Amino acid sequence: MEKKLGVFVCWCGSNIAGSIDVDLAVAEAAKLDGVVHAENYMYMCSDPGQQLVKDTISEKGLDGVVVACCSPRMHENTFRKAAGAVGLNSYLLEIANIREQCSWVHQNNKPLATAKAVSIIEGTLDKVKENLPLETITIDLTKRVCVVGGGIAGIMSALDLANADYDVAIIEREPAIGGHMAQISQTFPYFHNILELLQKKIDEVKAHPRIKLYLNSEVEVLDGYVGNFNVTIKTRPAFVDPAKCTACGKCLEVCPVSVADEFNRGLSQRGAIFRYNQTEGARIPVLEQRDCLHFVDVEDVEMDAGAGEKCTACVDVCPENAIDLGTIRTFNEEFVGAIVMATGYDLYSPAKMPEYGAGKLPDVIDALAFERLLDPTGPTKGQVLRPSDGQVPKKVVFIQCVGSRDPERHKAYCSRACCMYTAKQARLYRQQVEDGTAFISYMDIRSDSRDFEEFVQQGMEEENLVYIRGRVAKVIQEDGFLRVFTTDTLSSRQLEIEADLVVLAMAMEPKAGIRDLAKKMNVTIDGDAFLSETHIKLYPVESSTKGVYLAGCGQSPKDITDTVSQALATAGKIQTMFSNETLIADPLIAEVKNDVCSGCGICIDICPYGARLMNDFTRITDVNQAVCQGCGACIAACPNKACELINSTSRQFIRMIGDFAGKAEAV
Amino acid sequence: MKYPYFPGCTLYTKAKKLDDAGRECSLKLGFELEELKDWTCCGATFPLVNDQHITMSGPTRILADTKDQGNDKLVTLCSVCFNVLKRTNHVMLNDEERRAKITDFIERDYHGEVEVLHYLQLLRDEIGFDVLKEKVVKPLEGLKVACYYGCLLLRPVKEIGLDSMEDPTIFEDFIRALGGEPIEFPYKVECCGAFQAVYSMDTATRCSRDILRSAKNCGADVVITTCPLCQFNLDDRQPEIQKSDPGFSSIPVVYFTQLLALALGLSAEDLGFERNLIDPLPLLQEKGIIA
Repeated sequence: MEKKLGVFVCWCGSNIAGSIDVDLAVAEAAKLDGVVHAENYMYMCSDPGQQLVKDTISEKGLDGVVVACCSPRMHENTFRKAAGAVGLNSYLLEIANIREQCSWVHQNNKPLATAKAVSIIEGTLDKVKENLPLETITIDLTKRVCVVGGGIAGIMSALDLANADYDVAIIEREPAIGGHMAQISQTFPYFHNILELLQKKIDEVKAHPRIKLYLNSEVEVLDGYVGNFNVTIKTRPAFVDPAKCTACGKCLEVCPVSVADEFNRGLSQRGAIFRYNQTEGARIPVLEQRDCLHFVDVEDVEMDAGAGEKCTACVDVCPENAIDLGTIRTFNEEFVGAIVMATGYDLYSPAKMPEYGAGKLPDVIDALAFERLLDPTGPTKGQVLRPSDGQVPKKVVFIQCVGSRDPERHKAYCSRACCMYTAKQARLYRQQVEDGTAFISYMDIRSDSRDFEEFVQQGMEEENLVYIRGRVAKVIQEDGFLRVFTTDTLSSRQLEIEADLVVLAMAMEPKAGIRDLAKKMNVTIDGDAFLSETHIKLYPVESSTKGVYLAGCGQSPKDITDTVSQALATAGKIQTMFSNETLIADPLIAEVKNDVCSGCGICIDICPYGARLMNDFTRITDVNQAVCQGCGACIAACPNKACELINSTSRQFIRMIGDFAGKAEAV
Repeated sequence: MKYPYFPGCTLYTKAKKLDDAGRECSLKLGFELEELKDWTCCGATFPLVNDQHITMSGPTRILADTKDQGNDKLVTLCSVCFNVLKRTNHVMLNDEERRAKITDFIERDYHGEVEVLHYLQLLRDEIGFDVLKEKVVKPLEGLKVACYYGCLLLRPVKEIGLDSMEDPTIFEDFIRALGGEPIEFPYKVECCGAFQAVYSMDTATRCSRDILRSAKNCGADVVITTCPLCQFNLDDRQPEIQKSDPGFSSIPVVYFTQLLALALGLSAEDLGFERNLIDPLPLLQEKGIIA
């Protein structure tokens, strides 16, 4: 039976009515096939306008409606809700956009604009004639969360979610949580003791019954979709049984290996068995397989743990029998509804800066190494001492923007936290070494947050930090000094500074391995490999994959304040999602004609969302309704035309195009 | 094996010893430098503004001649010629508009077909430093060499691409192949003062002083260079440096081809050492490299 159709033409004040003859449009629309009602109104989206649509649907028993107005992005939802309120299936109402695509672009030609508007209405009517009534899709929701990364972002997000009574699994690659924050001594702008702040949060995480920690672990595989993710977690062996270990430290003394300690940025040495850092709870030693002599020469150490017959010094000395070198890696699965990517950053390597010694000059260190010098639990017990000879440096040059803001050779972006942490480091140095001089080479000072500018000014005025505007050309070592060549661009003078220590504020870059992980998680990254948010203003913590959220420096460089804000935002977003029992999805997605599909699988590769799957039983492809976004890629790719978008079928589109093209010729 | 060779003006006059030694060594190493016919001056500077084309017409003509004489490579010894020819060729390859303007003007058909090679690059990439090492008959044992690159051999790195502009190693690898001992010194890629020697002698003297002082501090016996202008500044400025800095002791500055020739067994008498202001012969005798 043919549908009874109604057409409602909006004036949008003079936006539409100014260049389209709305009376003529209504008269023409009324003549079209199937149309039983047509009228216009000044503001169709207003309450009386909506009421008009509702009343007419009820009175005339309409079973198809076209509202000719602005873009569907503005008011499609408004009118579909109105139609639904009086019992018409929402998907039988369509918007004909006669504003953005018609009246606004044809302001000086009313006859043409009107004719075009009528053809748009006609095409949309033809679409509505074949629209099917649809129901929204319901998706199961697992109210558990997986947080990838146990830095301050992961910790804060996990704690909020766990406190809201959801189960959280934290996956941390290192042997302890805390991330880079654990390497830092004090905060800006208030000189808070970081270890104290962080330890409290670490203790909360460890004690929380809702939080499960996977240390030494990485995401191996991610399956599933929003509400129903299945995360496979690979855990490297730690070799030390925390239940037996008393943290006596005997094994640390006997280990014959000595390698640079990563946590201390190479400022100290450690054995193959070592304490990862100084936070409470990291007192139990861990054994790094790739450094351990026991495993040397075993080809695939991961597979054949225990196959080596070599050094067992730590095992032999352990009074508690807590070390088992035969431990192997394990795999675990977590079923979760949402994921937080809190993957963090690395500092760009000083080795990439040959003009500053390429990481080979011992007294040119990066900013995190300087933090280790400032840390009372660090390798120098908080004393700022030169790595080369252990002397107190009397002249320190801090160089900002190293690798940042250098689009030709390194990173184009600003790393955001460096201006402030450099000011903090220089102030802490001056507080410790009263007769010392701190030079800071800068391009601009970016101190744009609460109390930041005051913090920098105080450093200049009260602690006599010497700020020099310019970029350092070169750092060399000569006659026992470091010589820093730079320019003061404010006085146009070339300067050579003899320094004892140079600290490089290296650019922040995404954590190593992020490209592989992003691929696994189906999350897009930008040109610098930072994880991309959906919308910088309105959806700042949502990734390109539904149900996967972003927090911290994996998304872009930022300080602790901003990282924590973002982490809490992810927790808020996920709680909003979990406030429903199920998830609802739009039914405007792809479908497969079972009798036409040949099972070639082209759609599986082309789908950007992983929504197309081969059905092993029928040997043709299925559409995962929860994952499909209705983008249409598979429809274009299908060689047999076996896929269609529901309510946007090829047949509907060809008819619409015919309507537009036919009218265009007539005009 | 023959390689087309562009000597350039300076190598016919002041830097004859760079040229002579380079040609002689090539024969010892089993290849021949065949001088390009009817070559002209390279222009000696690469224009630093985008709309100056006339100074590129000379080098473009040289490159087009090379191609028309049936070659796809062109070898130079002088850093300045190398820089100008290599960068001109970069424009020919990458900037269609400027290429068309210049080739239309000189009425030649050239699209960047010739690869410009520095002699050092030839030794590294075509001959191989390992092969070079085998041909050495008089290793430079015990000779501590400061490998001074200067600017033009390396910069701008995107156009030249010979080695890292901040931390290059080709020169050091070369000296190691000759059995010598390259020393690391932080001024190895600093500017020698270049043409400032004409305009502001003091500036050139200061630049040379810093380089030489650094080389000496790091234990060098001798400084080597690929560039006639660097050789001139570093060698000839030394009396002046001594005037302002009485503690400064002189150090010989020689061309890399001169040391190459010695290592390959050529006689020191033919290498033009008498043209050096700071005589390297006593040092070479002391080290037992020459009798």
